[in-house]
Amino acid sequence: MPEDETRQKSLAMVVMSGDMDKLFGAFIIATGAAAMGMEVTMFFTFWGLRAIKKNVSTGKTLFGKMLGMMYGGDITKANPSKFSFGGMGRWMFGKMMGNHNVSKLIELRDLAVTLGVNMYGCQMSMDVMEIPQDAFIEGVKEPVGVGFFLMKAQDADIQLFI
Amino acid sequence: MSDETKVDLELDLKGLLCPLPMVKVSQNITNVPVGGVIRAVATDPGAMADIPAWAKSTGNEVLKAEKEDGEFVFLVKRVK
Repeated sequence: MPEDETRQKSLAMVVMSGDMDKLFGAFIIATGAAAMGMEVTMFFTFWGLRAIKKNVSTGKTLFGKMLGMMYGGDITKANPSKFSFGGMGRWMFGKMMGNHNVSKLIELRDLAVTLGVNMYGCQMSMDVMEIPQDAFIEGVKEPVGVGFFLMKAQDADIQLFI
Repeated sequence: MSDETKVDLELDLKGLLCPLPMVKVSQNITNVPVGGVIRAVATDPGAMADIPAWAKSTGNEVLKAEKEDGEFVFLVKRVK
């Protein structure tokens, strides 16, 4: 068998969105890919950083603290990109998904950690948004930059931007 | 044929939705020996496409993927 067919396939994904629906997509694809034996890299940046955050307050400067208050909490605070209605949409979708027995977003995220999905915070957006590494859940690797992501992406069989 | 296949592990995937049926099969495949068979029962119609695709990608074999009484029954053989 040629070496190419035995090589482990891989997926590299940028998660920029913090929207509930997009995060569902990201984590369903990531857990699916890990189950299919792929090496998975998720690079969380900007609004996506909250998806790997613990429910702790962040921010050093005034603006950083404001951001930490207005966009704080953890993945359970993610609102849908449509029909948000100040939190109502999150509640409604949560109910609907629960009724259809879909996993909760936080369960899928934790499943991704269990399955060995490699998660990284973007160092630059962590600096800008004043979110330190110790605000992240266990299993998130040390922060990296775009060079690291591009190295993973150019070797990957699938690249996604979410 | 399927009735005579020796099953090493029964997996109840009823009620689970994408991506969990496939994830559970993948997590459990190493719990049977090489050549061993998992019998999995799912209710998610999407599993009919996903589990064979998982097997193709991971080099395992689906011996059976059939709808029986509104449920989806799979026999998955661990190849390596």
